[in-house]
Amino acid sequence: MIVRFDNVGYQYPGRAPALVRVSLAVEPGEIVALVGRSGAGKSTLLKLVNRLLLPTSGSVAVEGRDTREWNAIALRRRIGYVFQEVGLFPHMTIEENVSIVPRLERWPPERARARAHELLTLVGLDPAGFASRRPRELSGGQRQRVGVARALAIDPPILLMDEPFGALDPVTRAEVRHELAAVQKRLHTTIIVVTHDIAEAFALGNRVGVIDGGELLALGTPVGVAQSSDPRIRAFVAAQPPPPPD
Amino acid sequence: MAVWRFWITHRSELGLLIEQHVLLVFVSTLAAMAVGVPAGVAAARRPRAGRAILSIASAAQTVPSLALLGFLLPLPFIGGIGPRTALVALAIYALLPIVRNTVTGISTVDPAVVEAGVAMGMTDRQLLWLVQFPLALPSIVAGIRVATVIGVGTATIAAAIGAGGLGEYIFRGLAMVDTTTILAGAIPAAALALAADGSLAWLQQRMTSGRTTPATAARAVAATLVVLAVGAAIVYAAPRRETIVIGSKNFTEQVILGELLAQAIEAEGGSVTRKLNLGGTFVCDRGVRAGELDAYVEYTGTAVSAVFHETVPRDSQRAFERARALYASAGVTALDPLGFNNTFAVLVRASDAGARGLRTIEDLRPVAAQWTPGFGHEFLQRDDGYPGLVRTYGLRFASQPRAMELSLIYRALADGQVDVIAGDATSAMIDALHLTPLADNLHYFPPYDAFPVVRTASLLRHPEIGRALKRLAGRLSDADMRAMNAAVDVQHRDVNVVVREFLARVSAAPPL
Repeated sequence: MIVRFDNVGYQYPGRAPALVRVSLAVEPGEIVALVGRSGAGKSTLLKLVNRLLLPTSGSVAVEGRDTREWNAIALRRRIGYVFQEVGLFPHMTIEENVSIVPRLERWPPERARARAHELLTLVGLDPAGFASRRPRELSGGQRQRVGVARALAIDPPILLMDEPFGALDPVTRAEVRHELAAVQKRLHTTIIVVTHDIAEAFALGNRVGVIDGGELLALGTPVGVAQSSDPRIRAFVAAQPPPPPD
Repeated sequence: MAVWRFWITHRSELGLLIEQHVLLVFVSTLAAMAVGVPAGVAAARRPRAGRAILSIASAAQTVPSLALLGFLLPLPFIGGIGPRTALVALAIYALLPIVRNTVTGISTVDPAVVEAGVAMGMTDRQLLWLVQFPLALPSIVAGIRVATVIGVGTATIAAAIGAGGLGEYIFRGLAMVDTTTILAGAIPAAALALAADGSLAWLQQRMTSGRTTPATAARAVAATLVVLAVGAAIVYAAPRRETIVIGSKNFTEQVILGELLAQAIEAEGGSVTRKLNLGGTFVCDRGVRAGELDAYVEYTGTAVSAVFHETVPRDSQRAFERARALYASAGVTALDPLGFNNTFAVLVRASDAGARGLRTIEDLRPVAAQWTPGFGHEFLQRDDGYPGLVRTYGLRFASQPRAMELSLIYRALADGQVDVIAGDATSAMIDALHLTPLADNLHYFPPYDAFPVVRTASLLRHPEIGRALKRLAGRLSDADMRAMNAAVDVQHRDVNVVVREFLARVSAAPPL
């Protein structure tokens, strides 16, 4: 069990609870896709994994250790994080962006550089053409790929993705998703991805969870979730085409 | 063009003043950066402390520049006449834009970018140096740019406390009401401001576009610093002889008197540094007591009332004795008066004086009933002004006195709008407009006899000061002073030349 949520609740000060009694166990190498409306508590759940937040009740364990006991910096260096807004550093080149975590980990410059080029190739960006460019010179899709490459830089065992393909057009989205699947297969990374798009969840996840009002309503295979009789889940599924046969 | 000719004839002095000006601004801005950028970073990261830091910087900014210099002057270590006080004042002014822009720059970094840094496991320090600071740099440079441009302007004030810079020409020009001299300082100051603004805008632009990295910028600043430091060494640390520092207040008569002391001492073989056109009585008095000035010329009335806060004796001799005693206890020696009395003078047109045989204020009594007087606003209000004057001399004028601006009052008398005024006994206007002062035979006005004040220690160390100033005692009549004021203010002649001619006459005359 690489990530485990045990009866986790989280409440931002002075607001309604964002998460209520969430229990969840993620196996190594698994892709768990969580779907929910905006404000359902998806991003909060991800932030509890890398200790950007600590649970107000229950506990979150990563690699068997409670996040309260983890050193925040050490924990975060083991977890890649891809955001909706991407958050590339605008003052750094693409190569510098991708190699930032290796450099924080004090890799020798040559090795960090080689790693950046390798990752750029992996996400389908030619290092010769992209390494020395800056984020603003790239399209939204290209930036998103750089974001993925950056998150993967030191082969983190866990990758968190928050609406990672939200800004992409359908064709690019399919392309990036395809590359991610290939990368995951090779590196055997554990991925937790959250999205508001159930079709995306079905396309990405080995398992799919539905979050609504801070509660995890269901967690199962895409087909299992698609066939659920729970009316709240049906409301999600009905709005979307059925999952592709796998 | 007059300004051009001025620059050509003053080119070595102009070069020195520009160098001083640039140094004042550069060093003070650098000091403000050293304090302001870390303060801004701290403020951005701790909002509560930040508000306090910003309000302190804002409050400092609201103090008028001359007032700030006044506050700083008497302080130990940072105060005193010269560049040090000016540097502190300029640095205080430069602080606010730098702190504010640092805070703004850091707190407006895209939160998504900051979150990315935190989420990938950056420590606070890494986040600051790798992400927040570099992204805030264009804003910080913009703050430095604003601070520098303000500094170039404010540095002109520094001349008031003897710190040099292009303000020297501006103050000199203001005192002599000479536009050419003002422009000779104002034009290069404006050019400096534009140059600083332009080059920093260029740097800011390059940083925003990412073409100049902070490291390159730091190297550029370091290189500029080295160049300026060499310049500073040449300007300030040049082989310095033991010189005698002569000061003066900031009006024409004082500048002439400062130059007079300087030339007289030079004639006796002394080496003199001139710090003329200083802010005023307070600055000069501070300077001479703190040892930054060796001598300047003060007036008995001003010394007793403004410096020592006592009532001025009406008798000239007694007033001087009182001033001498008060100065002696402060380690300053009052030398014998120069001869003229710059007090209030009751003036009439020379034609009237001749026709009616007017010589004293008392002589006005029979004619007052037909005459209209004109006085300055302050003179009319003060009990020791108009009300006391008419009481003492028993005058009854035809009409209420007209209140007018001091600068217009001489012209109003000459033009016949009024018939009698109170003016400045040594004003250049008296001769220029053919006016006649009436003697204050009842000693209504306090005496303002001019006399040199010299640090007693300097007097002992440099006997040439005593020798030189003794030769000036009693040599300078009211008429002489009026003539020299007129030569400078009305005929726009060079102070140096006017003083040199006067000294030549003094040495040609038989000893008293």
